[in-house]
Amino acid sequence: MPSLKDVQNKISAIKKTQQITRAMKMVATSRLRGAQTNMDMFRPYAGKFTEVLGSLAEKSGAESSPLLIPRDVTNNIHLVLCTSDRGLCGGFNVNLVNAAAKFVNEKSGSGISFSITNFGKKGRDWCRKNDFQMTDEYIGVVGTRFGFNVASNAGQKLIDGFLDEIYDEIYVVYAEFVNMARQIPTVKQLLPIPPIEPAEEEPKDQSSDYLAEHICEPSAQELLGALLPRNIYVQLYSALLETSTSEHAARMTAMDNATKACGDMLDNLTLVYNKARQAAITAELMDIVGGAEALRG
Amino acid sequence: MAGNIRLEVVTPEKSVVDEEVQIVVAPGTLGEFGVLIGHTPFMTTLKLGTIRYNDTEGVERCVFVSGGFAEALPDKVTVLAESAERRRDIDIQRAKSAMERAQRRLEEETEKEDRDFTRATAALERALHRLKLVETKRSL
Repeated sequence: MPSLKDVQNKISAIKKTQQITRAMKMVATSRLRGAQTNMDMFRPYAGKFTEVLGSLAEKSGAESSPLLIPRDVTNNIHLVLCTSDRGLCGGFNVNLVNAAAKFVNEKSGSGISFSITNFGKKGRDWCRKNDFQMTDEYIGVVGTRFGFNVASNAGQKLIDGFLDEIYDEIYVVYAEFVNMARQIPTVKQLLPIPPIEPAEEEPKDQSSDYLAEHICEPSAQELLGALLPRNIYVQLYSALLETSTSEHAARMTAMDNATKACGDMLDNLTLVYNKARQAAITAELMDIVGGAEALRG
Repeated sequence: MAGNIRLEVVTPEKSVVDEEVQIVVAPGTLGEFGVLIGHTPFMTTLKLGTIRYNDTEGVERCVFVSGGFAEALPDKVTVLAESAERRRDIDIQRAKSAMERAQRRLEEETEKEDRDFTRATAALERALHRLKLVETKRSL
């Protein structure tokens, strides 16, 4: 039986932990709202962009830009790994890192080398531990408010690397935000740009019709050439936004669970405490009663 | 043809303009172009510069844009830009300090034709455009 004092100490410690987890949950909730607004702001841009790009690609055929052409031999694979800077968000980072590791395992073979660009401290730490070649790291981006220029600067570097044939394929690993409870680690190919599907089926009749009549200035090919690099920035930016939102959602869930677990532990400990107190009182009473009996006897 | 056309200017971070306008004049890469209602479908890249439009009351308004493209449809103009600001939202202080920073960088490495140089030139150009837009309109 633990002593009363021990149980009391434990209870107050857990109460303090609960306070912290509850505060973290609330911070994550408000950040999540901010991140979701960012995502909503970006959606019209991304939607329009993809639509235009799809119809242009349809018009101008496959080999109009070096960014579209796959390499014959793939030797150098580059990964962009998006993770969070901070922990305490459940399995979030572990899942992302595992997805990356699995991907590396699948792709690895003779003569293939990997290099990694890191967004986020957790992914960087993992790369250090496993001796991956790191080209760039961006700390303090994911999970904060960041602008499009972060994505366009990083994206430009990737494109340069691809065109200089330092990398043959570039992939991005990020956490897709499905809903509050689900964030799926996803691997997506950035470069060479996978064949772009024409805009979705439903409004196709109108969209392909009207785009067929579009006057393009400069020509459709040149327009596509100008838009494709920007497409990389858009993809990267959306990956970063999704990861940010997912991080906050994951942290919120994790901290919510922690707060609940603290509550359960407090209930149990209070029970133990009351039992111990009761036992102590009973023991004392027995002493007194025993003493009185002895005197009378 | 009389009537208003819808103008939308969106950046990755927010939607800058979304309103009915009488006319839009935008800086295309191959030259400035104006759009009224009933324009033929048209698509172009934009260069750094100013989009001017008259709102429903006929008041001229300006939006700074850099890096983007525009699509004109008979009833709608969509501009997707990497950055865009209405004239009143331009941060003069920020543009000035950006200009000075870019100038300093250019002086340091005048002969180098590398990427930093191009970046600094582009930054300088953006800053100058912002300032020019603010100043020309103030004198009017």
